Amino acid sequence: MNRKRGFVKSGSKDYKLLWMAIPFITIVFLFSYVPIFGWIYSFFDYVPGVSIFDCDFVGLEYFKLILKDNNVLRALKNTFVFAIINICLTPLPMLLAILLNELRNGPVKKFVQTFTTLPNFISWVIIFSLATALFASDGIITMLAVKLGLGDASNSLLGSNEAVYWFQSFLVQWKTLGWNSIIYMAAIAGIDQEQYEAARVDGAGHFKCAIHVTLPAMMETFVVLFILNIGNFLNTGYEQYLLFKNSLTAPNIEVLDLYTYRIGLQNMDYSYGVAISVVKSIVSITLVLAANMVAKKIRGKAVI
Amino acid sequence: MNKNKMKVSTSRKVFLVFDYCLMILLALICIYPFWYVLCYSLSDTTAASVNTPVFLPSGFTLSNYKEILTLKGFFPALLMSLLRTVVGTITSVFCCSFLAYLFTKDKMPGRKILYRFVVFTMYISGGMIATYIVMKSYGLLNSFWVYILPSMISAYNMILIKTYIEQLPPELEESASLDGAGYITCFFKIIFPLCKPIIATVVVFVAVGQWNSWFDNHIYTRANESLTTLQYLLYNYLNEAQRLAEQLKTASSGADMTKAMASISPKGIRMTITVLASLPIFALYPFMQKYFSKGIMVGAVKG
Repeated sequence: MNRKRGFVKSGSKDYKLLWMAIPFITIVFLFSYVPIFGWIYSFFDYVPGVSIFDCDFVGLEYFKLILKDNNVLRALKNTFVFAIINICLTPLPMLLAILLNELRNGPVKKFVQTFTTLPNFISWVIIFSLATALFASDGIITMLAVKLGLGDASNSLLGSNEAVYWFQSFLVQWKTLGWNSIIYMAAIAGIDQEQYEAARVDGAGHFKCAIHVTLPAMMETFVVLFILNIGNFLNTGYEQYLLFKNSLTAPNIEVLDLYTYRIGLQNMDYSYGVAISVVKSIVSITLVLAANMVAKKIRGKAVI
Repeated sequence: MNKNKMKVSTSRKVFLVFDYCLMILLALICIYPFWYVLCYSLSDTTAASVNTPVFLPSGFTLSNYKEILTLKGFFPALLMSLLRTVVGTITSVFCCSFLAYLFTKDKMPGRKILYRFVVFTMYISGGMIATYIVMKSYGLLNSFWVYILPSMISAYNMILIKTYIEQLPPELEESASLDGAGYITCFFKIIFPLCKPIIATVVVFVAVGQWNSWFDNHIYTRANESLTTLQYLLYNYLNEAQRLAEQLKTASSGADMTKAMASISPKGIRMTITVLASLPIFALYPFMQKYFSKGIMVGAVKG
């Protein structure tokens, strides 16, 4: 990466390059940095339409409010539950890669790979629509369950607060499982075939080959992704949870991100909303950096 | 490793049968919801409500699609989705790749600092509320540009392209620069065409992101109906249907019930919009599949 690029007369700086970069840097500044400066709103009693200089300075008032807010506690609990389920499910893509790899190269393998990866490119709105078609009270799965005597139509999955955690986690897996397994497929493809032959000479069957050759080759990728997952657990995003939230599922589905949305954009309590996201951002960046440090130790080089 | 010349043991056979079944089942779980929605959209509304189109349309008809054509707001939403996808993809790919190109130049003053300045945005953001206030102060609420500008420069895509440019042989560009070509000419004539594989990957990701996005529509441009995208149109229909379904559940009188029933948008219409909104992804998927795995690999070794 240290190779000299650029024009032949090296050594001197060319300011033309800087001028050409300025418009792009300005865009980055305006759309990524200015919002960070916007954190200052959390120290003021911000009223929309009023200049920040005319707003009352309240210091850490809003941050103190976070500590007393039971909703924050509940949102944190929900975020944690989703994170724990998600973390427990991190080996799934690896397992899929192993099982997929055992299939003979051919149309079946191609079929499975194609269609398990596809949902990753489908928007959450469409997934919500599909889930409605399947799991709403008049959905086909609900009707099937009723017929089999496994449930009743008035209690559909979409409106069940108890089912929120595993149902939402299931949807995430449905969307991302195939996609996440690609990186492991690549790791498997990178394994030297001689390793398998050596293992076979030593009398290892298919199963033992998978355990002693395939699995270790994927372990590094797995550990790194696992740690980054932990580091990222506060960043759940809004889309999925906002879509699936309704009056029935609200208590369990409201993760921290969704709670800031409700406070900030629905209740228009901008300052408090910003205060929560400031705390979230700081905790989250600390976790990500810590995760990166751990991953660096394991892999010998930084992930980010 | 599948070409084993050993005698296949019984346990291996059992495993393989199990494996094939499981994998096919998984693929079917992934694809069936789309199939069901497609069947429903091609079914006659009354026939479908009696006879659920589990595997095939019941009472095949295109009436839902015909109705969509006359549905108020459908065409503007489709056009808006296409417009933001095209404009967003072109601007973002151009900006990311040109900036990436500039960042490969040692002669750029302050290159390292500026590069870090951009990469830093991957790890920290102002959060939704602060961003909202800032967009509002820029006057971008209810403006088309709120779809384009905030996501115009993606640090991740920029890194992908930069890594790719760095492994091109520098001589290619040097000969052109001796002929007196400036940076911009070099970029368009030499670098950009050479980057086609990685550009295709980035195009796929950006275009899919733009096509699928609805949340910015929801928070920034809700009040301007002309900016409604297809995804958001679908969101509105689903939301309305859900709200009315909830009302239906709590409706006390029969009159309330029929009123709520009547105002629910037909299920067939929702299904049809769902099909149409996912159609471009399905249509372009074979093309995408060629490129995205490359993107992951490059991403894995970025630096």
